[in-house]
Amino acid sequence: MEEIVSLFHGFGVVVQPFNILLMLVGIVLGVLIGVLPGLGGANGVAILLPLTFSMSPTSAIIMLSCIYWGALFGGAITSVLFNIPGEPWSVATTFDGHPLAKQGRAGEALTAAFTSSFVGAFVAVVMITFLAPLVAKFALKFGPPEYFAVQLLTFCSFIGMSKGNAFKTLAAMMLGFALAAIGLDTVTGQLRMTFGTAVLLKGFDFLIAVIGLFGIGEILLTMEEGLEFRGHTARLNTRVVLDTWKALPKYWLTSIRSCLIGCWMGITPGGATPASFMSYGLAKRFSKDGNKFGQGQVEGVVAPETAAHAAGTSALLPMITLGIPGSPTAAVLLGGLLIWGLQPGPLLFVEQKDFVWGLIASMYVGNLVGLIIVLTCVPYFAAVLRIPFSIMGPVILVICAIGAYTVHNSMFDVWMMMVFGVVGYLFKKLNYPIAPLVLALVLGDMAETSFRQSMLASSGSLGIFFSNWLVGSISGLALILLFWPILSRFLGGNKEPAKA
Amino acid sequence: MDNPVDGEKTVSTRSVEIGVALLIFALGAIEMWDSWRLGAGWASDGPQSGYFPFRIGAILCGSSLIILFRAFRDEQAAAKNFVPKSQFRQVMHVLLPSLFYVFLIWAIGIYVASILYIGAFMRIIGRYGWGMVCAVPICVMAVLFMMFEVWFLVPLPKGPIEELFGY
Repeated sequence: MEEIVSLFHGFGVVVQPFNILLMLVGIVLGVLIGVLPGLGGANGVAILLPLTFSMSPTSAIIMLSCIYWGALFGGAITSVLFNIPGEPWSVATTFDGHPLAKQGRAGEALTAAFTSSFVGAFVAVVMITFLAPLVAKFALKFGPPEYFAVQLLTFCSFIGMSKGNAFKTLAAMMLGFALAAIGLDTVTGQLRMTFGTAVLLKGFDFLIAVIGLFGIGEILLTMEEGLEFRGHTARLNTRVVLDTWKALPKYWLTSIRSCLIGCWMGITPGGATPASFMSYGLAKRFSKDGNKFGQGQVEGVVAPETAAHAAGTSALLPMITLGIPGSPTAAVLLGGLLIWGLQPGPLLFVEQKDFVWGLIASMYVGNLVGLIIVLTCVPYFAAVLRIPFSIMGPVILVICAIGAYTVHNSMFDVWMMMVFGVVGYLFKKLNYPIAPLVLALVLGDMAETSFRQSMLASSGSLGIFFSNWLVGSISGLALILLFWPILSRFLGGNKEPAKA
Repeated sequence: MDNPVDGEKTVSTRSVEIGVALLIFALGAIEMWDSWRLGAGWASDGPQSGYFPFRIGAILCGSSLIILFRAFRDEQAAAKNFVPKSQFRQVMHVLLPSLFYVFLIWAIGIYVASILYIGAFMRIIGRYGWGMVCAVPICVMAVLFMMFEVWFLVPLPKGPIEELFGY
């Protein structure tokens, strides 16, 4: 009951006119970001983060999280109309969404995609509303060893669940930790790996890395793949929307299944992308029209979109309760919390009630507003993609440069962004995953601090991570996940490994 | 891409793979060396500055060596072209001007540099007429100017031309 009261208090924060305005701006920008190549949820939020430095944290998180919802919605538009997944999690949406568009049923596909996105997000938010306070209360008991164990769990699951070369995941992650360590060591005051240069003193900002790796890297890849976008037109009128809505309830079982997959994959840092693939695969297996999947089944749009949104939304649960982001975009939002002067973790629920419940309430309102905006404005957003890349490309690069500069008002950061861009291009071509690098860069200092404090308490013995049932079971689970590829081979299971 | 035409061949995927792995190894080695310099052990008041990074550097070196080892044995990657020459040229068409653009930001401020950059890109790669080439970048930068300098009060780097307008 306490949650309901807090939630209504949150709604009170959200419905202030300024916050509603920010919400609208955030969603429109988010959809644009989701539609444009080279801009995605993570680097879109990273670029716009400096704009929020002067806002109150609550207004800032409302705008930035709405950009995230917008980007989640936007990915579906390009998948259906152009067969280009705007975001990795909308790849599975192209399988049936684009064939539907080819048959002239783009409106139906888009309505189904948006509506199921909304349903997925709604279920995830309801879950967050009631589960997050419990998790936070539980996490208040955590000491440094428990925190480090949870962080270990996050990183181990990335390695164990990685689809490609696990050592590349490991290398990318360690690179993130290495970059995070550069600069002033806050505990001893010593300088690490600065080699006497002043620019390295404050270390690498993860925002620069995100903008370079995701933004510039993506532009270089797009350039390589060619610049042609050929799409189908979408006409969305009230009749199409209502007709599709009438047909949607018959996929209730797929919806529920996809919501469960999405919520689970979002909380454990599996992420939206594997959730959407898994959900599509299961829907195909269990549907009576399973053999028609891939030729334009509405159900094949419902399944991945519901799961992707449920996962994308529930990725915020570990972020606000434990300070562990479940996705790169959540990682950027977490970085935002630190910049606004908030300490992520369970204490947020005690000390920053306005912030936490404002955020949760804005998830309800934001997704509803988002649904209305995308349903009414699809043609305009699709028109953006028709702007040739020879105009959009340089404009996106300019926006990235501005975003990188404004983080610290430093030209060095803009150069670093270009370096990270080339790294991103090489990494993508060689199948190094980028998400673990970003997560390690964001969590690096926190992980190091909790590791050091644990070591201090145990005078250097690693046994502290197995010293009681709580920390022991988390560490144990982390190790199981780390060696999952080897274990699953022994157990004889041939479960499809998910990509983090 | 698997069967490169003569003349489209640049370098094999394996060479790039090896190069990147060596770079990662070098970074790991630098990190270990610098952590060792700071002290990677135990002081009277607990773990030293290099304690955590030294271990990270060690894992970094280890994993890069395994990637390197695998790359040497990967015959498939040895035969595969990393990027066809024509596509590589496309990538350079974006990358090199962008580097020059970043230099220009430093030299003459972000607004003029961006207008020149977007205009040049549209003219050379998009082959637009001069009317579009002049109009689009100026409008884009005007919108960005309003957004950053006026609404959100975030100053961006400016040069002599902005000074003429009193900024």
